[in-house]
Amino acid sequence: MADSYYDPADLRKFGNITEWSEELGTKFFDYYGKVFEEGALSAREKSLIALAVAHVVKCPYCIDAYTKDGLQRGITKEEMMEAVHAGAAIESGATLVHGVMMMNKYNKLSM
Amino acid sequence: MGQSILTDIKNAAKKSLKARHNELADTHRQMDILNGGLFANGELPYFKDKIAQTGQFPLKPKKLEILQINVGYMCNQVCEHCHVDAGPDRKEIMTRDTMELCLEVIRNTGAHTLDLTGGAPEMNPDFRWFVEEASKAGIQDFIVRSNLTIILANKKYHDLPEFFKKHNVHVVSSMPHYTKGKTDKQRGDGVFDKSIQALQKLNEVGYGMPNSDLRLDLVYNPSGAFLPSDQSAMERDFKKALKADFGIEFHNLFAITNLPISRFLDYLIASDNYEDYMYALVEAYNPAAVENVMCTNTISVSWDGWLYDCDFNQMLDLKVASKVKHIKEYNEDVLNDRSIVISQHCYGCTAGAGSSCQGTVA
Repeated sequence: MADSYYDPADLRKFGNITEWSEELGTKFFDYYGKVFEEGALSAREKSLIALAVAHVVKCPYCIDAYTKDGLQRGITKEEMMEAVHAGAAIESGATLVHGVMMMNKYNKLSM
Repeated sequence: MGQSILTDIKNAAKKSLKARHNELADTHRQMDILNGGLFANGELPYFKDKIAQTGQFPLKPKKLEILQINVGYMCNQVCEHCHVDAGPDRKEIMTRDTMELCLEVIRNTGAHTLDLTGGAPEMNPDFRWFVEEASKAGIQDFIVRSNLTIILANKKYHDLPEFFKKHNVHVVSSMPHYTKGKTDKQRGDGVFDKSIQALQKLNEVGYGMPNSDLRLDLVYNPSGAFLPSDQSAMERDFKKALKADFGIEFHNLFAITNLPISRFLDYLIASDNYEDYMYALVEAYNPAAVENVMCTNTISVSWDGWLYDCDFNQMLDLKVASKVKHIKEYNEDVLNDRSIVISQHCYGCTAGAGSSCQGTVA
């Protein structure tokens, strides 16, 4: 076991998960590859969505991969940061909207 | 990575590696790095072994299509990624005598494309004479690689768009991004604004306009330690942004991968990106790109007349493996019988959709 849970070099080994379950691993990577192809959304737009989600799920490998992917696609740092804010806004909004639940409960229990 | 290291690199890059007596100005040192480290310890396969897996070793030329002539390493810019290590301090310039030898070859070659490069080729004092003479040879596609800013650098260059037009030159120019920040970071402060003005001047005389025969193509190099993405998507983004922001038109965008040599190698090492970059190149290896890699249809001539498989081999001083090594003894049949000289930098031309001076190849 390495000294830390996350090792940047492990990102290169992602494909190795197929070795222990070839069918599921292969299906996953086929699906993954298909998702990010040009479609109704451009590959560029999907890269920005992936970057935003990478931050929300706080995946260091994904942040590494989709920052590089964005650079490769000519996406600017302003666009990348706006995508991160979009993710952060939904994440904080998701927390705050539960405030209504708190308010409902408070009101129900209070005289 | 410390920002201060990048600032140091940027400041130092105002001079060539050669003028700074940087150890990477020595091609032997560059070859030691490319042959050592990750490749010597077996982490990554040598390029020779990789292409042997698909039966593509030794790499042999196909029909010669492109004659690329480097008329000198002098340039008005000092770009951070430059594989030529070009700059104002480089004095290697092709003489008229060597140009005469080149003209003899141009008149008799079977190649359909003549590609003049540098440095800034326009800075060679005999550039215009050479273009005038070469254009008489009736070559189908006559390319000049212009860095754009040269057109505005001095009054004597202001009429270059008209000069190119007169000789039906196909202009190919570097443009790392359609935003100012990214362009200036790679190519120097103020380069973006000047490049935009130069493109507008080229458009004014008809270059790059839809349906115009005056070809204007742009070259995109990534401004950092990453590979270029899909060429057609990048072209779409460049066209949209340059048209909307500046009214600029151009024909095609060529996406070119930065090869790990010269100043780009210096940048990779100093910014601690060398190993990851080599991994990325090897992982993106595409045997289909090997099939059409540009050294199989190109001969590169240096300012002093030596012959190479490509401009990158020229900068690493890896001359052609042929009895014919110099323009004065040029013989296309003998040259076409050679094996192409390869090393680990070649992974740069076989990554993803491949990379050549004409963009992707696979």
